[in-house]
Amino acid sequence: MSTVTADSATAVAPAVDLRGVSRWYGNVVAVNDVTMALTAGVTGLLGPNGAGKTTLLHMMAGFLAPSRGEVLVGGAPTWRNPSVYRQLGLVSEREAVHGFLTGWEFVLASAKLHRLPQPEAAARRAIDLVELADAQDRRISTYSKGMRQRTRVAAALVHDPQVLLLDEPFNGMDPRQRMHMMELLHGMGEAGRTVLFSSHILEEVEQVSGTVQVIVAGRLAASGDYRHIRRLMTNRPHVFTVSSSDDRALAVALMGQPSVTGVELDAGGLTVRAGDYGTFTRALPKIARGAGIRLRRVLPADESLESVFSYLVES
Amino acid sequence: MINATIARITARGLFGRRRFLLLLPLPLLLVGLAVLARALGAPPAAVAKFVIVNLGFAAVLPVISLIVGTGVLGSEIDDGTLVHVLAKPLPRREIIVSKLAVAVVATAVTVGVPMFVGGLVAGSARLGIGLAVGCVVGAFAYSGLFLALSLLTRRPVLLGLLYVLLWEGLLGKLLGGTRVLSIQQYVTALAARVGDTDLFAGQVSVSVSVVMAIVFTVGGTLLAIDRLRSFSVAGETS
Repeated sequence: MSTVTADSATAVAPAVDLRGVSRWYGNVVAVNDVTMALTAGVTGLLGPNGAGKTTLLHMMAGFLAPSRGEVLVGGAPTWRNPSVYRQLGLVSEREAVHGFLTGWEFVLASAKLHRLPQPEAAARRAIDLVELADAQDRRISTYSKGMRQRTRVAAALVHDPQVLLLDEPFNGMDPRQRMHMMELLHGMGEAGRTVLFSSHILEEVEQVSGTVQVIVAGRLAASGDYRHIRRLMTNRPHVFTVSSSDDRALAVALMGQPSVTGVELDAGGLTVRAGDYGTFTRALPKIARGAGIRLRRVLPADESLESVFSYLVES
Repeated sequence: MINATIARITARGLFGRRRFLLLLPLPLLLVGLAVLARALGAPPAAVAKFVIVNLGFAAVLPVISLIVGTGVLGSEIDDGTLVHVLAKPLPRREIIVSKLAVAVVATAVTVGVPMFVGGLVAGSARLGIGLAVGCVVGAFAYSGLFLALSLLTRRPVLLGLLYVLLWEGLLGKLLGGTRVLSIQQYVTALAARVGDTDLFAGQVSVSVSVVMAIVFTVGGTLLAIDRLRSFSVAGETS
């Protein structure tokens, strides 16, 4: 399986840099030769269960040694190097928090452990960011799952880290909280922070981030803007829904094109399968104009992250 | 070296857990038995042998050290809350030393006070002070050992019990050579010396006891620090 990349060339030093990283447990390879560079912005880490996402995040967070390769944050290795946590925040997938502390005490303790000059102010800011001020004086053991998650996010953000890693951050959140969290991550990305989050819900990744790193069976299967990735996968058919002034005539004209691999005609218009995204989208207007047909609608039918992901898993 | 925030969270976690309630009956039993034995006319030597040495040093001190020593770190490893502390730019020695300090203070107070009372009842204030000193030394050595076990194995309580029951309890009686690696023997020898009593005696010399107690404390602490530096979060969860 080859890696599909769709990154624009950039001279910015990556905040998170993985170089030929592998991790194995005995004979089982969990992560296999992954090279990845993350810069400012929000990136989604996507993959099926057991693909190696959490293993990868644990290595980025310094909680797992790579069997081979290097994992760098801000240019420094993460393994056995606690100083990386000055610029790194982590929200792990496991929900454990000190239930006997209040939300305020938990976030304040994080600020103090980071040795921030004004821990109270930092804790207040982080709690406000996740909208937890109303419940901050209650014990965490009384919190809902979503509130605990927000508490952990506040604790991870309290030192305003350059890099934020989140493992399934939307778990347990209601739609409003989810929306708020997405806005928060967007805001961090726009402010120049590097945010990487994993999720098994594809719509979340699609909504929060146009950039994805797709892990399949421990390997990096795709990297970059997921729409670009889809287009670059020229060995896969691209499906378009086309509506025109004369669908039948357009179908006949399209079948003569080498870039078109199939056409279906139904009541809603045409479903066209194209082997090459670029060639087809350039040729379609010319074909229509040549046949005297007016195009009313052209939609890529399979641009969802779900379809990109399915293709990658199947390949 | 001691981080107040970590120490405070550790102490609240320790005293807030239900299993800490297990600590209370044993010291109360110790004092109660000593008082009862003396009230019933038992000689000081019998109280010292059966209550102080056989119950206090052989059972109460190691068991409470085990509960506390594994509780300050092992519980946080089990429930995953340790990750919150580790994801901070703190030297790992600061984390271990803070937890060791909480374990030592909790154990020394929980066992040292009733042992001091037991010493008063059995003999004199001097004996009580000797027993309390023995408990403090034991709290250091056992805590160092059990803290290291928390990071060396997923079953620190089981291994700790094996050490206390099999190594110290059984082998210590049958094989003389094993006593050199028995914290119980160091504690007994030091308590007898400081308490200036011949009601009981350790099976190893005072100098060996002092050196070996330091070895257990420092060695266990250094081992725990090194293991914590390489602490891995296991498992693929998604």
